[in-house]
Amino acid sequence: MSERIVVDPVTRIEGHLRIEAEVKDGKIVDAWSAGTMVRGLEIILRGRDPRDAWAFCERVCGVCTTVHALASVRSVEDALDIKVPANAELIRNIMFCTQYMHDHVVHFYHLHALDWVDVVSALKADPAATSALAQKLSKYPKSSPGYYSELQKRLTKFVESGQLGIFANGYWGHPAFKLPPEANLMAVGHYLEALEWQKEIVKIHTIFGGKNPHPNYLVGGVPCAINIDEANAINAERLAFVGQTLQRAKEFIEQVYIPDVLAVAPFYLDWAGIGGGLENYLCYGDLPTNGFADVKSFKFPRGAILGRNLNEIHPVDPKDGQDGIKEFIDHSWYEYSKQGGLHPWEGETNLKYSGPKPPYEHLDVDKKYSWLKTPRWKGHAMEVGPLSRMLVGFVAGQPEIKGAVTDALGALKAPPSVLFSTLGRTAARAIESQVSAIWGLEFYNQLLANIKAGDTRTFTREKWEPSTWPKVAKGVGCTEAPRGALAHWIVINEGKIANYQLVVPSTWNASPRDGQGQRSAYEASLIGTPVHDPHQPLEIIRTIHSFDPCLACAVHLYEDKKEIARHELLVK
Amino acid sequence: MEIESATKPQKKEETIYEHMLSRGVSRRDFLQFCAWMGACIGLEQTGVAQMTKALETKKRIPVVWLHFQECTCCSESFIRSSHPIVADILLDKVSLDYSETLMAASGHQAEKSLRDTITNYKGEYLLCIEGSVPTADDGVYCCIGGRTALQIAEEVAKDAKAVVAWGNCACSGCVQAAKPNPTSAKPIHKIIGGKPIVNVQGCPPIAEVMAGVLVHLLTFDRIPQLDNLGRPKAFYSRRVHDTCYRRPNYDAGLFVESFDDENARKGYCLYKVGCRGPSTYNACGTIRWNGGVSFPIQSGHPCIGCSEANFWDNGPFYQRTPAFPGFGIEQTADKLGIAALAASAGGAAVHAVMTNIRKRHEIGEHAGENAEQAEKDNPESKS
Repeated sequence: MSERIVVDPVTRIEGHLRIEAEVKDGKIVDAWSAGTMVRGLEIILRGRDPRDAWAFCERVCGVCTTVHALASVRSVEDALDIKVPANAELIRNIMFCTQYMHDHVVHFYHLHALDWVDVVSALKADPAATSALAQKLSKYPKSSPGYYSELQKRLTKFVESGQLGIFANGYWGHPAFKLPPEANLMAVGHYLEALEWQKEIVKIHTIFGGKNPHPNYLVGGVPCAINIDEANAINAERLAFVGQTLQRAKEFIEQVYIPDVLAVAPFYLDWAGIGGGLENYLCYGDLPTNGFADVKSFKFPRGAILGRNLNEIHPVDPKDGQDGIKEFIDHSWYEYSKQGGLHPWEGETNLKYSGPKPPYEHLDVDKKYSWLKTPRWKGHAMEVGPLSRMLVGFVAGQPEIKGAVTDALGALKAPPSVLFSTLGRTAARAIESQVSAIWGLEFYNQLLANIKAGDTRTFTREKWEPSTWPKVAKGVGCTEAPRGALAHWIVINEGKIANYQLVVPSTWNASPRDGQGQRSAYEASLIGTPVHDPHQPLEIIRTIHSFDPCLACAVHLYEDKKEIARHELLVK
Repeated sequence: MEIESATKPQKKEETIYEHMLSRGVSRRDFLQFCAWMGACIGLEQTGVAQMTKALETKKRIPVVWLHFQECTCCSESFIRSSHPIVADILLDKVSLDYSETLMAASGHQAEKSLRDTITNYKGEYLLCIEGSVPTADDGVYCCIGGRTALQIAEEVAKDAKAVVAWGNCACSGCVQAAKPNPTSAKPIHKIIGGKPIVNVQGCPPIAEVMAGVLVHLLTFDRIPQLDNLGRPKAFYSRRVHDTCYRRPNYDAGLFVESFDDENARKGYCLYKVGCRGPSTYNACGTIRWNGGVSFPIQSGHPCIGCSEANFWDNGPFYQRTPAFPGFGIEQTADKLGIAALAASAGGAAVHAVMTNIRKRHEIGEHAGENAEQAEKDNPESKS
C-alpha cells in the first residue's frame, strides 16, 4: 500500500520548491523535486555591458547575496585576463568569509532548527536546569537561570495569546522530536540571539560594499578606496570596525553555534544513517591566496570524490567542453535544438512548459516536471555544498579543514562515514563556519599588513575600457556559494555579452533525474527516509533543509516567439 | 500536543506594549523606540505621542507575507532592522501568520495557516508581497502549492486590509522585467486593484524604511502619505543626490575620474563614473544602510538607482551623459531623471531642480498624471 504525498511550499528556504514522494510501509520509496519558479535572467543579460553583469547576477539570490556577483566579476576577469590587486582579493575573501558565517548561522537557527527543536516542549523546561546545561556547554554569557526563566515566561505568554505567527501549525509533539525540554528552551533562546547577531556581521559588507543585502562589486577589483588619512575612504576607524565585527562573529560561532550543534547531534544520531543519497561530491574550491587563476592557492581545494572513495580526489576542469560539465533537459520544461547535454559555453534554452494546467494536484513526474535543468559532471550526478567542501578538503589534507573535521568527529565519537547523511551535512556547515571565522581574521590581518607596507591599491584600470578588449573572449568564474559549487560562463563579443550561463548549487542538488534515470541529490537523499505520519512531512523537510535549498537561482534563457497574453486581473 | 493556531484567540490578547514589556523591554526603551521610529518616519512630537498610545493599546495585526518572482533580498533586508528592538519586536509585533521564509510549517500545514488567516481575519490582515507576478502563458512561470502566483495574489488580496509591495520586484518588476522580460513579469499594482497599495521601493529597500512603513500602518491604521508612484513620501521624496554627503564636491566640480584614483581616495563625487544619485529617490543618504554604517556612495561605488522603475534598462551603470561641471550637469542630471521617470510607470513627473542656488519644489507636486493614468498613456514597451 503506497501513498503519494506532496510538500509544496517547502518553507524556510529561498525560492519555490515542491517535493512529491511515494511512501510505502512507513518509508520513502521514490521522490521528485521540482523548482516551480523561473525568471529568465540569462536572456536578460544578453547584449549588455559585461561590467554590469555582476549587479544583475547578484539579484539571482538575496540570501547568498555576493556569491553571484563574485562569480560574475571573476568570469569577466577570466575572459579578459585581468588580475586584481592583492587588497581586492583580500577584501573579496573577507566578504566571502562574512557571507559564510552569516548564511550558515541564519540557516541553522532560522531555517533548519525548527525541524529539530520542539518549541512547545520548551514550555515545560526547568529554567535552572536549562541554565546549567547552557553553562556546561559554553562560556557564552547569556545563560543565567533568570535569563531562561524570563524567556520561558515570554514564550508562554506568546503561546497563550493564541496568535502563534510563524510557529502556527508546526509539527510540535511529533515523535521524531527527541530533545529534552531544557535543550529546546536553550535553542529558542539562541534562535532569538542569532536574529540579533546576524544583522551585525553583515556590516562588514556595508563597509566594503555599501549595503547588505546586495553589496557592490567591481570588475577589476573592489569599489572602495583605501586612504588611512581620509574620512571618506577605508581608514583606521573602518578597519577597526571590520576587525571587531569579525572577532565577535568568531566568538558567537565558537560559543553558541558549534556547541549547539554538538549538543543536539547526539540526540539525533539515527539521522547519521539517513539522507546520504548520492555518493559523489563536487567542489570548485575558493578563497584564492595568489590570484583566482592559481587554483592550487585556494584555501578550499578544488576536486571531486566518486563513490565515497576517500582515498582519491579527481581533478575538475570547468572549461572542459568535451567531457566535463553538461546540462540535460530530459525532465525539465525546456527545448534544445540538439540531442543530449550541452556545455554552458554552448548553452541554449527555450522555456517550454508542458506540465499540468494550474491549479494541479500532482506533476507528471514520468515526463517533464521542473524548471531546473539537470547538470552532470562526466555523466555523474554530483552533490555540492558544505559536505562536499569538507570532504574534499579533508581528503586533500587541508590543515584547518582536516583539523576541524577530526575534532568534530572526535567530539561525537563517530567515524567519518557518519558525514554521508542529513546530520553530516548539517555538521559540515557548522565546521566550515568555524574555519571561515579563523580565515576571515587571517585575511583581515593580511590586509592590515599590506596597507601598513604602503600598498593601498584596490582596483586595476588596465582593461577597464572596452577598447582594450579582444573582439571575442570567453571566461568562467567559479566560486563556492554557501550552498555549493557555483559557476558563471560568459562569452563576450565586441564588448557585449553574447552568451551568459549560470550553473548554480541548487541546479546540481535539486534538479530532476536525467535521461538514464539517475536521480540528483535531493531525490536520492530522500530514498529510504522513514515517515512516521505521511500527513506530517517533518522527516522530508529535515533532509531537504540539510541542503539549505535556494531555488531562485533556477534561471534560464528564454526566447519567446509567441504573443503574450495580457492579464487584466482585478484592474479597475 | 497539537496547537490550534490563528483561529480567533480565545485568550486575552496582548497589546503591542504589553508584549514588549513581556519581552523584557523597559518603559524607557519603549518610549525611546517610539521616538526613534517617529523621527524615522518623520512625525511631529504630537504624532509620536499618538504612535506611543497606539502601540500601547493595539492588538497585533495578522500579516501574510507572500513570495513570487524574487530573490528574498527584501526578507533578508527586513531582518537587518538595526534599532535594538526592531527586528526582535516587529517580527512578532505583527503576528506573522504566513511567511514562507520563516514559518515552521510546510506544505498542507503552511497552506492551512494561510487559509486560517484570510478566513478568520477577513478584512483585518495586512498583505505584504515580495516579488513580481509572471503573466505570460497563464502564469505557469511561478507556481506555489500547484497554483499560479496570479491565482494566489487574486485570492489573498481580496479580503486584505491593505497591500504592501516590498522592493523593486513588487513595485516595478525589477530584474526579471528588464528587457526582454521573458516571463512578462508585472508589478503588484498591475495585478491587484481596488486596494490601497504602498510601494516600498529599492533592491532591496532599506531595513529601517521597511520597519518604518509597518510601524506607520500599525500606528495610524492607514497608509502613509504617498507620492505619485505610490511610494511613502517620508522616505522617497528626495534624490540621493540631494542628501549625499559628497554633494559639496559635486557643487565644487570635484569628481572621481576612475575607480581608486587620487580623487576616489579623497571621497570626491562619483557622478562621472556613472552615479545615478541625481535621478534616484531614496533615503540612502539620510538613513544609510545596516544601522547607518554606510551606503553605496560612501563605500566608493556609484548609486545604480535600484529604487527606480526600469533602472536595469537605464544603463550601462558606469556610463554617464557627458556634461560639464556645474549648471550643465544639473540640467543633464535632470533630463536624465525625466527620461528615467517617463520610461517608468510614473509618467512625466516634474523633476524639480534642487541645488544650493535654486528654489526647491516638492517632487511630484506638478506631476502630470498618477501612475495608473500614465499607464494608459504609456503601454509598456513590449519586447
